[in-house]
Amino acid sequence: MRLEYFQLIDRIVDLNLADRKISAEATIPNTSTIFEGHFPGYPLMPGVLLLEAMAQTSGWLVLAANRFERMAFLVAIRDVKLRMFARPGQSLTLKAALVHEGSGYAVTAASITMADKTICESELTLRLMDFPNDEMKLQMRERAAQLGLRVGVASDG
Amino acid sequence: MSSTFDTIANIIAETCDIPRDSIKPESHAINDLGIDSLDFLDIAFAIDKAFGIKIPLEQWTQEVNDGKATTDQYFVLKNLSARIDELVAAKGA
Repeated sequence: MRLEYFQLIDRIVDLNLADRKISAEATIPNTSTIFEGHFPGYPLMPGVLLLEAMAQTSGWLVLAANRFERMAFLVAIRDVKLRMFARPGQSLTLKAALVHEGSGYAVTAASITMADKTICESELTLRLMDFPNDEMKLQMRERAAQLGLRVGVASDG
Repeated sequence: MSSTFDTIANIIAETCDIPRDSIKPESHAINDLGIDSLDFLDIAFAIDKAFGIKIPLEQWTQEVNDGKATTDQYFVLKNLSARIDELVAAKGA
């Protein structure tokens, strides 16, 4: 997990497109400038970044489901619960499942667990849009490969 | 048609916090009720779930943008109800 680069997932450990589910892992770094402010003397992983981590997990699932034809952008969150603190050095398991694939959007149910305890959960809506440029599409594919996301991609044709 | 409209109206009322009584078959979701595209995603999700369909939002939007359809055809609620009835019928065909 590289907080300053918004790279909140370390690896994809399972992708099941038949069941429309994904599982990933990440470890919160021991040090980060973010912890200097959140909070001085008591570093905590910010809840908004836990939410972003669930959005990224959902995003990879949606990208894989549409074979990287379109980008998924977070547009809505609902029923967010932040149940426990997440602290530097702790390892997280991130999961997302596709609840609905609509026309131009997808809805996922995502959660993060730590030692089998759910620390947060939410339902997220992502809008599917064409990649704004080829560079972004390429970067997303490269990042997916780095994360171990192995799925066929649509041809560029 | 009435039950379809009632279901849609209830969804809109709940999703967008709009008084149910102000939602009429002649209401235009965008122009009269002030529903924006993001709110309409929530409504589409709820309608998709309620009727077991997939509203072709992107197709409708494209048709409107291309001048092949008016927003009235899809977003006046009595027309939206009719479109949904068609989608439900097509699913069962």
